[in-house]
Amino acid sequence: MNTMNLELDQQSFFKKLSLFDWLWAGLVLVGTVFAYQKYASLMDAYEKGILVSAGITLIFFGWNWKTIRGLSIAVFLLSIFGISRYITGLEDADADFFLRFLVSSQSSIMWMSALYVLATVTYFIALISRSEFAGKVASAMTWSATTMGLVGLMVRWRESYLVGLDVGHIPVSNLYEVFILFSIITALIYLFYENKYKTRALGGFVMLIIAAAVAFLLWYAFERQADEIQPLVPALKSYWMKIHVPANFIGYGAFALAAMVAVAYLMREKAKQKKRTNGIMATLPPLEILDDLMYKSIALGFSFFTLATILGALWAAEAWGGYWSWDPKETWALIVWLNYAAWLHMRLTKGWRGKPMAVWAIIGLFVTLFAFLGVNMFLSGLHSYGEL
Amino acid sequence: MKKNASQTSDSLLKFLGSMNLAITLLVALSVAAIIGTVLQQNQAYTDYIIKFGPFWFEVFKQLGLYDVYSALWFLLILFFLVLSTSVCIYKNAPKMLRDMREYREGIQLKTLESYSTSHTWETLHQVEELQDAAQKILRYHGFSARLKEGDGYQLVAGMRGAGSRLGYVLTHLAIVLICIGGLIDGNAILKLKEMTGQISPETQNIPADEVSAISRLGMDNHSFRGSVSVPEGSRSEVLFINYRDGYLVQDLPFTIEVKDFRIEHYNTGQPKSFESDLIIHDPREEETLQQTISVNHPLIYDGYSIYQASFSDGGSKLGLKAWPLVGARYSPKAIKTSVGEDIKMNLFNQNWQLEVSDFRLFNINPAEEPGKKFKNVGPSFQFKMRDKTGAAKEYLNYMLPIKKEGQFYFLSGVRGSPAENFRYLYVPMDDAGGINRFMQFLMALHDDAKIKELALKQGNGAQKLPSESTEQFSEAMLRLVKLFREDGFDAMVKQVETTVPSEKRKDVVDIYVRMLQQILGEVYLGVLKAEGIDLSQGVDESKAQFFDAASTAIGAIGRYGSPVFFQLEDFEHRQASGLQIARAPGKNLVYPGCAMLILGVFLMFYAPQQRLWVWLQPVDRQEKKIKLVLAGNAVRNKIDFKKKFDEVQAQFESALNS
Repeated sequence: MNTMNLELDQQSFFKKLSLFDWLWAGLVLVGTVFAYQKYASLMDAYEKGILVSAGITLIFFGWNWKTIRGLSIAVFLLSIFGISRYITGLEDADADFFLRFLVSSQSSIMWMSALYVLATVTYFIALISRSEFAGKVASAMTWSATTMGLVGLMVRWRESYLVGLDVGHIPVSNLYEVFILFSIITALIYLFYENKYKTRALGGFVMLIIAAAVAFLLWYAFERQADEIQPLVPALKSYWMKIHVPANFIGYGAFALAAMVAVAYLMREKAKQKKRTNGIMATLPPLEILDDLMYKSIALGFSFFTLATILGALWAAEAWGGYWSWDPKETWALIVWLNYAAWLHMRLTKGWRGKPMAVWAIIGLFVTLFAFLGVNMFLSGLHSYGEL
Repeated sequence: MKKNASQTSDSLLKFLGSMNLAITLLVALSVAAIIGTVLQQNQAYTDYIIKFGPFWFEVFKQLGLYDVYSALWFLLILFFLVLSTSVCIYKNAPKMLRDMREYREGIQLKTLESYSTSHTWETLHQVEELQDAAQKILRYHGFSARLKEGDGYQLVAGMRGAGSRLGYVLTHLAIVLICIGGLIDGNAILKLKEMTGQISPETQNIPADEVSAISRLGMDNHSFRGSVSVPEGSRSEVLFINYRDGYLVQDLPFTIEVKDFRIEHYNTGQPKSFESDLIIHDPREEETLQQTISVNHPLIYDGYSIYQASFSDGGSKLGLKAWPLVGARYSPKAIKTSVGEDIKMNLFNQNWQLEVSDFRLFNINPAEEPGKKFKNVGPSFQFKMRDKTGAAKEYLNYMLPIKKEGQFYFLSGVRGSPAENFRYLYVPMDDAGGINRFMQFLMALHDDAKIKELALKQGNGAQKLPSESTEQFSEAMLRLVKLFREDGFDAMVKQVETTVPSEKRKDVVDIYVRMLQQILGEVYLGVLKAEGIDLSQGVDESKAQFFDAASTAIGAIGRYGSPVFFQLEDFEHRQASGLQIARAPGKNLVYPGCAMLILGVFLMFYAPQQRLWVWLQPVDRQEKKIKLVLAGNAVRNKIDFKKKFDEVQAQFESALNS
């Protein structure tokens, strides 16, 4: 008769955290407290709430996805460096070497753009040549691009205050800025899944949409001078913008990711049908994994899109006098929401899988794209900022 | 019979709660929503008639396409969505809620063994020990576990993620709440009242107190969203709700006074904030309430939300100077008017009506100078001149001269309808900064006797044209000037085209233009002389430029359409604050619904329900061998669950083999 030896380190969540985890928490906490002490007098109660929640979110985020810590620290250091190079004013951007070539928002965003495009190419090279090294390089490029993009936004935030103290605002207020946000968020969601599923094969597909966003961004900046910092119209001057817009772009980013995974799914399936087991497409993850990833991505997008739309409604109630006005942007948000709600219902209750769902996810991206861009281009309404 | 009835209601419930209906409704709602965004909603009916023609206008009107979101069929879709979702909740919620609490201890061994995530061991460990270990492992993975003593077996049943079931209930309940709340706050109730003949929109533009009772909504109307424009220093106790092709008047239980309205600007010129100082006079309260509202910062008073929505002119007083543009010697006349006022006037024996519609203190226009994006070009006012037939042209006149290509002009825009862009008359500014010289020049050109005299002088001085007497020549010159006054150089060209054979036209036009310019030049010099300007050194460049600009402007007067030019001399600015006032009792359902929706969605996706069972059953009493079956099941995210199951299985493996 032997006794059982059951060794379960029955520990609570907090006890499982390592020294580094606590160090991370401490670091973010110090930063948050510092920001609070220094700037609380300039914030309203909601903005204080947002600051504290942002700190807490960053701690948990860093605990659950360790790589994000490195990213945060890199962004922090580079941003602080960039901001500190501005001494006399905005004109330093042309005079200072570092600002001019690295850390002014303009330069950072150019770096971001270049790196995202290079990463796209490199991911495809990795896929075709089946080179692990190329894959690692592509990942590193994506991480660097994301870092530079975030630095660009942070420094731009500061630059907006250099334009004028009353002009300063968080850089999520127009189409140019949210395109940067979109690229960053889509890349981050992708990187999360890359890490989780241990595959870089999807990188090229996902980065394609980011490269397209970058192409638009560059056209928009060079052709329309959209990169110029403009003061906010009165309707946008609200703390709601700080939460509504990022939540929305987590949704858009996740939907975009789902659609690109769907493209990969369709190609993989085609390869399977033609029994091409040695082709490039065969190196993609198995169909059920792609299907699962597509679902997870849409679920994530749907959750945040729901949140964002509701936040938008609450904001509308404060700014426009009603939580719902059937404004074209609102209505298209509803259409996007209904579309993905139907998608999720088909999958979860009817058990639809595979090809039709992949095709639908791609159609979903076009619907989303119209809500995001088309409404501003073709329809008039209350959401008239960010016109093309 | 009874059985039949219950069968019918059963199948009705089945239909209403079916996924197919739900999906159909979601799609129908999307399509309807798309229509509403593609076709601009709630425009003036006349715009739609122009767009679609009378036939399709009527068809679309009957379909309710001009206000899709309150059309009957749209409300029906929403109603069925609520019904379908409610039936779905009714059918599934009890099951779901039970499922949340149940550990499925009644499950059979066969079922467990049939799961794809299932593993069986045979072990010599003691039952108590195994029970204990099973519960520990399950709890370690976040499962809550229960032990059941069965008939000849023991079962440890574990479950986690009950939240996803709650998520289902919350999200679907939320949809029902949001839709009902939205219906309350939408204008479905007004629609119902209109259909039963209790209300009817007013279509005429008349003062609020003259609007008849059938177009008025009393305090018993609890849900509305209307607007009112209140001039500074004035009050309002009603608001207006746009309704179909007219409006309704909503009474308020209090009076709103706008003390002051302010616009602040960034130094680039774009508006930074709109603010109103309000005073609420409530007969139920002894004291008045003073509050400043701005965009994004409304005042919530007694369930009424008061928003800063827009602004307009509140009847600014304007002092105008009317310069005659036709006929000879008339002196300019001063006129006092205000925005919103109509003035009848008799001009050159014709009846006209001046209707001033707007005044703007600032006009932020793109700047010409490099380095500056915007420039404030100062005040402007907008008005219509209506002739005796009732036809009107619209004008936009700027008070201050505006620089264009090095020279200053007084601008007056004119257009035939609001759909057109303004075309501008550029009246050049004289050395004194006014329009006096231009008007003198214009008047001199209308002095026919003087023109003839100048023409005679010119005719005698220049080499004589053959076969034309000087008298004929001066008559011809006068005709030229008249043509020019009517429609500029173009009129002259046209005249030549109709009277002169084509091969000679170019020459004739050249001669005419030269002669006309000479005459105009003479007239202009006369005007300068009258001003007392010394012309012995000739005319300097700025005065030459003035001449060119003035000639162009005079040539355009024929198309200007108004017999007078109104110059804005002085003003007293008075603004009106556009307030939007809403009452939305439905939000008491919508907001909790929203909270439930967010919570529900996140629970559904991020707290997936998973179950694990450990079945313990003696194989053989003598050998004390026990069969252990570990099995698991998850409704969603099976791939993730498989990973978790493998981990649990490995732990059992190592525990059992120790």
